[in-house]
Amino acid sequence: MKRYSVKGLFLPGLFLLILSAPGSVWAVGSEVKLDRANIDLNDVESLRRGARYFADYCFNCHSIRFMRYSRISKDLEIPEDEVANTMLFTGAKIGDAMNIALAPDDAKRWFGVAPPDLSVESRSRGVDWIYTYLRSFYKDESRPWGVNNAVFKDVAMPHVLWELQGLQEASTGTIKSAEGVEHTVITGFNLVEKGKMTPDEFDNAVRDIVNFLAYVGEPTKTQRLSLGRWVLGFLVLYFVIMFFLKKEYWKDVK
Amino acid sequence: MENWLKNTRDWLDARFPVMDFWRGHLSEYYAPKNFNFWYYFGSLAILVLVLQILTGIFLTMNYKPTADTAFASVEYIMRDVKWGWLIRYLHSTGASFFFVVVYLHMFRALIYGSYRKPRELLWLFGVIIFLLLMAEAFMGYLLPWGQMSYWGAQVIISLFGAIPYIGNDLALWIRGDFVVADATLNRFFSFHVIAFPLIILGLVVFHLVALHSVGSNNPDGVEIKEKKNSKGIPLDGIPFHPYYTVKDMYGVVGFLIIFAAVVFYMPEMHGWFLEHDNFVPANPLKTPEHISPLWYFTPFYAILRAVPDKFLGVMAMGASIVMLFLLPWLDRSPVKSIRYKGWIFKAALAIFIISFVGLGYLGTVPATPVATWFSRLFSVLYFAFFIMMPFYSKWDHCKQPPERVKYK
Amino acid sequence: MSGEEEVDKSKRRILLAAATAMGGIGVAYVATPFIVSMDPSARAEAAGAPVEVDISKMQFGQLLTVEWRGKPVWILRRNEEMLKNMMSLNDQLRDPHSDELSQQPVYAKNDYRSINEEYMVMIGICTHLGCAPTFRPELAPEDLGPEWKGGFFCPCHGSRYDLAGRVFAGVPAPSNLVVPPYRFVTSTRLLIGVDPEHG
Repeated sequence: MKRYSVKGLFLPGLFLLILSAPGSVWAVGSEVKLDRANIDLNDVESLRRGARYFADYCFNCHSIRFMRYSRISKDLEIPEDEVANTMLFTGAKIGDAMNIALAPDDAKRWFGVAPPDLSVESRSRGVDWIYTYLRSFYKDESRPWGVNNAVFKDVAMPHVLWELQGLQEASTGTIKSAEGVEHTVITGFNLVEKGKMTPDEFDNAVRDIVNFLAYVGEPTKTQRLSLGRWVLGFLVLYFVIMFFLKKEYWKDVK
Repeated sequence: MENWLKNTRDWLDARFPVMDFWRGHLSEYYAPKNFNFWYYFGSLAILVLVLQILTGIFLTMNYKPTADTAFASVEYIMRDVKWGWLIRYLHSTGASFFFVVVYLHMFRALIYGSYRKPRELLWLFGVIIFLLLMAEAFMGYLLPWGQMSYWGAQVIISLFGAIPYIGNDLALWIRGDFVVADATLNRFFSFHVIAFPLIILGLVVFHLVALHSVGSNNPDGVEIKEKKNSKGIPLDGIPFHPYYTVKDMYGVVGFLIIFAAVVFYMPEMHGWFLEHDNFVPANPLKTPEHISPLWYFTPFYAILRAVPDKFLGVMAMGASIVMLFLLPWLDRSPVKSIRYKGWIFKAALAIFIISFVGLGYLGTVPATPVATWFSRLFSVLYFAFFIMMPFYSKWDHCKQPPERVKYK
Repeated sequence: MSGEEEVDKSKRRILLAAATAMGGIGVAYVATPFIVSMDPSARAEAAGAPVEVDISKMQFGQLLTVEWRGKPVWILRRNEEMLKNMMSLNDQLRDPHSDELSQQPVYAKNDYRSINEEYMVMIGICTHLGCAPTFRPELAPEDLGPEWKGGFFCPCHGSRYDLAGRVFAGVPAPSNLVVPPYRFVTSTRLLIGVDPEHG
């Protein structure tokens, strides 16, 4: 007669309870509520657009040094020539790592801080953070580039996507914290200068960029997920066989 | 059996104790027949150890242990090395699962009294292995050289600096530099890859030898060697092979299902197994907002933070492990297994579990006044479980354990 | 009772066979990624990528050395005299017709061991023990004797090759110098490491 001690289930139960609080482990700097990026890594068209946007707007300052051009060509099904024309700097070969020409010291002088490499940014910040961040620039005359960011206060990055989004202004409000201190918080944005895209189009463009960055963060993710099904299927079958084998042998034990 | 196979076996057996080993530890080694779910975790611990060594060997082929190249080499493994991503995830998931398995394995000993005479040495070897495993995991975590790696190491090594008189020199000696640096990374690599695995392997062998010398305990806490038949075989014993080889194999496959599910579908475990901040390269000039050790250290970390004094906190953290060593001598109950103990032990154990898990959770959150209050409460309860045990184990009203094990 | 046991035994055997088979398959599947992980990585493959060489400025008789996959690759521009001299050497050579197929691609199995007789492409590593032979294009130097019609001399153990990399008989080296895969991208650009597009 099998008896599972209740205590035996308590530990795993508590473990699962702790697991079900995913948001708690992101070390988000601000208490800004993040929008959901809703990306789909299987949408290759989106990834291609994202790669294009990345090449046009991000790649001048942000390297993705753990990616190779040839990998993007292969995974995103873009011909090598096209990748070479749109992304390769002179002297670089298709198999090379995607470094940038901008020297860190120069970058630091011009921006105050060297623009970080973005290879695993999606894994440290999360896709929702990046999605919200890229859409949260607003006019702020006190800043060197004339913009600030609601997700990353006093960020050194200019609003590189301004011609697509346009320019927003932030509307503010005050809230009282638990200790009774008043804080000024940003309650929303309104577009004061139109960009080339409508807000919806811009959201989709940013989604594509974020999708691309998520792919760059872990290029093998789709392979991992599809392989997992086979591995688990095999193991479940094996488990069933082993169950009957064990039962058969244990008939001996009285 | 094929003739040539038989001849090979006999040739070997004339020169090496092949058959003695086979009989003595497998086909004629008798284990209690009433092993339950809690008894899978020993063999699973061996499985995970082998897995870690195997994946570790292959990671070491491509990992570069210098401050400048370590982080990049891990991403190189994840992307450029064929199947590198799988080997990496197996190793990182294996590290966390090692502690899941070992905690459950220790829990079994706790509930069935497997640390009681004549198994005190078996238990001591086990606690030493647990300590070494924590050191091994700690050093392994520095290797990716992310922000958490770096700052976690910085914090924990600075704890050694809290020891009076020798502390600062000790911390300097451990680090090999004034802060955690390239020298620290290199030596931790050496310890993690060769020194500690060798010691751990040796101790696991001792652990198994100690076990086989006295035989396993069982869920009823009844010594099966006390009732033998005319041939000297315990009445409640069954040969390890084939019954437990088959059953453990079944346990292995069941475990692998859960393990594979994590490896393939959630290797990060929402930041519990692979922390998000560790995807940022180590920056000695910028401390992350929250530094927390990996989940398996958090109960002890919470005890450390609960004590307001730095040195005494270190002492308390150390004492929490020392308690484990004392366990065989703290338990004065006339019975081994929880099945026959009274309500006092059951209550004490429930409080201990709540405290330990509670401390584990509190170790992950910032040290607010409320969190600190609870950490102190749970720390006291944690220690009380051990310190009060000589008393409550005697006060408890126990049931008479059976003469023979309960099976079917 | 014994009838029951008979049935049990065969069931046991079937289950055991199934479990062993699954285990064997499992082990094979698990072992494969580990073994394959030791293959050249994407970084090694990128570093070993084909190398483009501009030969437009090469003089007759000039030897150009480029690196491909860590190895020195020689490109030699041969003139008419060199080619004529080469043809007279066949009797002294160990493998004058490049019969050892592993030493050159099929398009280099001809009299001049190259796609185009003017340009010789070969790997500058002696097939004896791996030293780098020296380029000796001059006729009848003192140390190589009056019969020397130009070629390569390996200083380590004295092996000799002609201007098509063919090894002389009676020297320690066993085979002709290796010809790597290569193609003409244009008439003045070589690509070392890839075969020509057709044939």
